[in-house]
Amino acid sequence: MTELVSTTPGLFPLPDWAKRDLEGLKGHQKHDLIDGSEGAEITAVYEQAREEVLSQQIDAGLDLVVEGQLRWDDMLAHPLAVADAVDTRGIVRYYDNNNFYREPVVTDELQASGDVAAELEAAAEVTCDHDAGLAAVLPGPYTLADLATDEQYGETAAFVDAVGEFLAEEVAQFPDVEQLTLLEPSLVQAAPGDGLDERASEAIDAVATATDAEVAVQPVYGALEERVYAHLLDADIDAVGFDLVSDHDANVYNAQEYGATDDVLLGLVDGRNTLVESPETIRERVEWFQEQTPAADYVRIYATANTDLFFLPTNRFGEKLEALATAAATTEVEA
Amino acid sequence: MTKEQFRPEDHPNDQFLLTTVVGSYPKPKWLNRVRERCHHQEDVDQVELETVDEETLAEAEDDASRLITKEHERAGLDVVVDGEMRRTEMVEYFAERIEGYEFNGPVKVWGHNYFDKPSVVSEVEYGEQWLVEEYEFTADVADRPVKVPITGPYTLARWVFNEHYETTADLANDLADLVNEEVEKLVDAGCRYIQIDEPALAQHEDDHAIVGEALERVVADLPEDVRIGLHVCYGDYSRIYPEILEFPVDEFDLELANGDYEQLDVFTEHEFTADLAMGVLDAHVAEVESVEEIKANIKKGLEVVPPEQLVVSPDCGVKLLPREAAYQKMANMVQAAREVEAELDAGEIEVRGAAPSADD
Repeated sequence: MTELVSTTPGLFPLPDWAKRDLEGLKGHQKHDLIDGSEGAEITAVYEQAREEVLSQQIDAGLDLVVEGQLRWDDMLAHPLAVADAVDTRGIVRYYDNNNFYREPVVTDELQASGDVAAELEAAAEVTCDHDAGLAAVLPGPYTLADLATDEQYGETAAFVDAVGEFLAEEVAQFPDVEQLTLLEPSLVQAAPGDGLDERASEAIDAVATATDAEVAVQPVYGALEERVYAHLLDADIDAVGFDLVSDHDANVYNAQEYGATDDVLLGLVDGRNTLVESPETIRERVEWFQEQTPAADYVRIYATANTDLFFLPTNRFGEKLEALATAAATTEVEA
Repeated sequence: MTKEQFRPEDHPNDQFLLTTVVGSYPKPKWLNRVRERCHHQEDVDQVELETVDEETLAEAEDDASRLITKEHERAGLDVVVDGEMRRTEMVEYFAERIEGYEFNGPVKVWGHNYFDKPSVVSEVEYGEQWLVEEYEFTADVADRPVKVPITGPYTLARWVFNEHYETTADLANDLADLVNEEVEKLVDAGCRYIQIDEPALAQHEDDHAIVGEALERVVADLPEDVRIGLHVCYGDYSRIYPEILEFPVDEFDLELANGDYEQLDVFTEHEFTADLAMGVLDAHVAEVESVEEIKANIKKGLEVVPPEQLVVSPDCGVKLLPREAAYQKMANMVQAAREVEAELDAGEIEVRGAAPSADD
């Protein structure tokens, strides 16, 4: 029997009241974005918003809740945007989305900031009174390196290693979390070439071994190239992710051809479209994946969205959380 | 169509680097307040505001449109717009007027900048009038030629949640027919300079084919003397250049100052056969660029095209800037353009690949 665990990849939309309040408090320009030094008034808004999205997830019935990363103005580039030794420069496009982040330029030796750990500490204070487990979300090292510009380490591979070590240091500061998802859109969108694919996998390994939590790696915006996928399986991770929304055939092909981890993470609802999937559709997608990979006997399937969720308006975001939770409410499905 | 038809009679130099803006401009605070009151919104302190009627809002929009058009003229721009005072946002405004869209709430673009990204839930159809009244009002107020920016079909198809159409191309083509209808109405009303805004163009690899087809529909059956520009920003231009030179437009309006002209090389590898409206001001930094700095930026444009093909413009709409900064940036930009023109006239600037003059 397979355990179905509902969760999300985080990066939630801010509640609408917080969008309004923060617009007034922070401003609209490049230098107004979060850099880790925000004052008490701004911090208070984020704290209230964090509590709200944690309660929303708990009320929806999700098995694993996330902090929501509402402060991540620069999306997945956030951990570098708040680190020392990093300049944030012009705004650049965030993959193929109508979204932008400030280009982080690494100008000196990277050191963990503890910024994400502090967010998780705050979230843990809320979740400790409830039954829901807390999960952490970070960019994978290859993705974070790809989103940044390096002026310190020279070779791309050396930079990916350095970002991997940086993330491992961040993870080492985390409070106890049940699970950690590393989002790796760049592994799909800017696939590493020969040699670098192996280094990307080793960097993931470095991050994964820094925590006792279950670690999942979630490729985003499509499917991994076969070579990249095969290398990823060499990393010491508990679950690999499959985007069944944007390219289910190419994703399931990798699982059929190369096998998968004992646990898998399935992107089942579309993080970039307001059309809300029904719990039945979500369950059908899980069953389809299991039918397509009959040789596998997954211990656990994480039922999640295929992308970060800040793309959505808050009403549809909430409906998608509920759909995921409802779909997984029957905690065991037939293998 | 050439830019010469827009040369002011009292232009001081032989060279003419047409100065214009991309479109949006900071709205006066009083306009935002009237709009909030008309739409029954709460202010930041969530205090219920006394409401005003649509007529009062329309009057405020007219006043703002008149004010900003004149502010553009005061800055010395050769071709002006009204700062899009009547428009909420570049997709929202049109989606509110096209049947088939529905709104669910604001979503993030970057930082604390949001827009009410609509969902397409059924086939799109022309609804309320879009821009003809805006153009007629502005043209009546203005002493300079007026340009009309209009969001392009690809961006109207891409920057939405598509719940209905099979593909983005299907939606873009349907929208292109609607945009064509609007462009024809604008031309009938006397407009001769139309800028199609396609910021989504540099977003997706290979989608320039979709945009090319949509633009053919947009410009179908237009008279020769209508100048069509295409505004593109914040993307990887190497993905779309030189393919975009095939598009049926006269001018490409490009953001380049934000990236400190790192992408300029993209355009020098292959001859730039259209006019270049080059971004010489960063639209997202409140610090005002000096005249000298802007002159250096304009000269970078001359590395790509000769002066006859160069138009000078900010990177993008400046609506997020403080109004004083927006004004000063434009005034400096115009002064910089005039000084570069004078230097060109005096032969003080070497021009790469200069076209022979009309007298030769």
